[in-house]
Amino acid sequence: MTKIKKGTSYAYLGLIFLFLYAPILVLIVLSFNNSMSRTVWGGFTLQWYFNLPSNDTIMDALWTTLRITLSSSILATILGTSAAIGINRMKKRHAAIMLGATNIPLLNADIVTGISLMLLFTRFTSLGEFSVVLAHIAFSVPYVIFNVLPRLQSMSDACLEAAMDLGATPWYAFYKVTWPEIFPGVLSGFLMAFTMSLDDFTITYFTKGAGVNTLSTMLYTELRKGIQPELYALSTLLFLLAFLMLIATNFKSINKKEVAR
Amino acid sequence: MINRFRTSFLAAPYAIWVLICTILPLFYILGYAINTSDGSFTLSNLLAIADPIHLKSLGLSIQVAFITTVICLIMAYPVALILHNLKITNKGFIVFLFILPMWMNFMLRILAWQNILSNNGILNGILSALGLPTIHILYTKVAVILGMVYDFLPYMILPIYNSLSKINDEVIEAASDLGSSWLNTFIKITIPLSKDGILSGIIMVFVPALSSFVVSNLLGGGKVLLIGNVIEQEFTLARNWNLGSGLSIILMLFVLASMSIMNKVDDTENGGMLL
Repeated sequence: MTKIKKGTSYAYLGLIFLFLYAPILVLIVLSFNNSMSRTVWGGFTLQWYFNLPSNDTIMDALWTTLRITLSSSILATILGTSAAIGINRMKKRHAAIMLGATNIPLLNADIVTGISLMLLFTRFTSLGEFSVVLAHIAFSVPYVIFNVLPRLQSMSDACLEAAMDLGATPWYAFYKVTWPEIFPGVLSGFLMAFTMSLDDFTITYFTKGAGVNTLSTMLYTELRKGIQPELYALSTLLFLLAFLMLIATNFKSINKKEVAR
Repeated sequence: MINRFRTSFLAAPYAIWVLICTILPLFYILGYAINTSDGSFTLSNLLAIADPIHLKSLGLSIQVAFITTVICLIMAYPVALILHNLKITNKGFIVFLFILPMWMNFMLRILAWQNILSNNGILNGILSALGLPTIHILYTKVAVILGMVYDFLPYMILPIYNSLSKINDEVIEAASDLGSSWLNTFIKITIPLSKDGILSGIIMVFVPALSSFVVSNLLGGGKVLLIGNVIEQEFTLARNWNLGSGLSIILMLFVLASMSIMNKVDDTENGGMLL
């Protein structure tokens, strides 16, 4: 009986992952397709991978995407981590107000966030790459805060106080006591901010200036012309990179556990 | 002694940030919504929702978002439960297994669904090879709902999974020791204790589904006009920012209304939605 139950639950899990990863399989197959068409299989080729570095439209969009994603996720991590430390020390009522405001970008519709930021930016600055970075910080800071704050809340003050009683400066005490404790939260907050920024379309679409294109917005404007197959190659490479990173970090944490035992 | 007052000032830059980049933009959108293009006060941009075309697309959006949310919930709960029962110690691994697909461009993934669902597509190829009747759903409401379920399913799975992992297993054991059947325990204990996760998941799927315009563009082929599509067109094609803002405010009101209904059901305070 339990065997059947286990079998069906694995089968169900398999089906769900097939559903979630089916489009990815399709795109990986298309990246090796020797045909400009999306629907015809023209045999195996690696030409899209070789053509990729010389495709200026795609490479430009890739560098723009990486610049925006890296700068916004790093700034969001700094801003969010210090905010989380501050909020953790606030009076309960003040902290509740701050968290309420932090929830706004998470709960608001993307299209409304994008439009409202665009209206603000057109008034005070011009739309360009910088405005996209600001917008991305705005929607990714909450992910950092909600990753770091629980770690701070589950810490007891005793260690930090002991360190300072024994003569550590607040900075040294933070670095030696608090930081190791919250670092996993900071890291996962950063990774989430990075992923959300990388995958965003709607907010970028409304806050970007003319001529600035990330991979998503470039794709959207070029849909009618048809998709350049080099994009499949690029996405496959990006996906593989993320996949390898996931495996690597996972192995690392498994090894750590073995050592700890 | 930790100086609470001084440490709390570490949040000051963020507080300023929130004022400028979260609160102020909302006033801007409201400002556009209640003014005409030459700056005089009007309510017509807000009342424009009563226009039959707008009303129809709002109704369709609510319907699509509702169906998407229900399907996501039905699909996600068993996934969360199975994952929880696997007792994997590395929770981060599970989370990243679900957000890993996001590393492949969102728009490309939705386009890949065109390949799968089209009349001569992969799905129909498999169906006809098995001798089953083929299906023709691309560029219909069904395809849009499927695309949204695909896109938002992780946002339903992760909060439920998190709330399940907060349940003390001893409670479940105690119930079965006292003779409760699996189903009874599930209905009386597991579901109520994972209520927070379910509510977070519902909000995190319903809100983006209500306002999405890309999925309906790509998989609805321009035939499925959601309220998000109408707003996007006002900003990009019609260039009527005031009307677009007015409709956005209406959309926001619907989001707020659906959330306050959810909060009525939920009596505990919750911080992060996804985490």
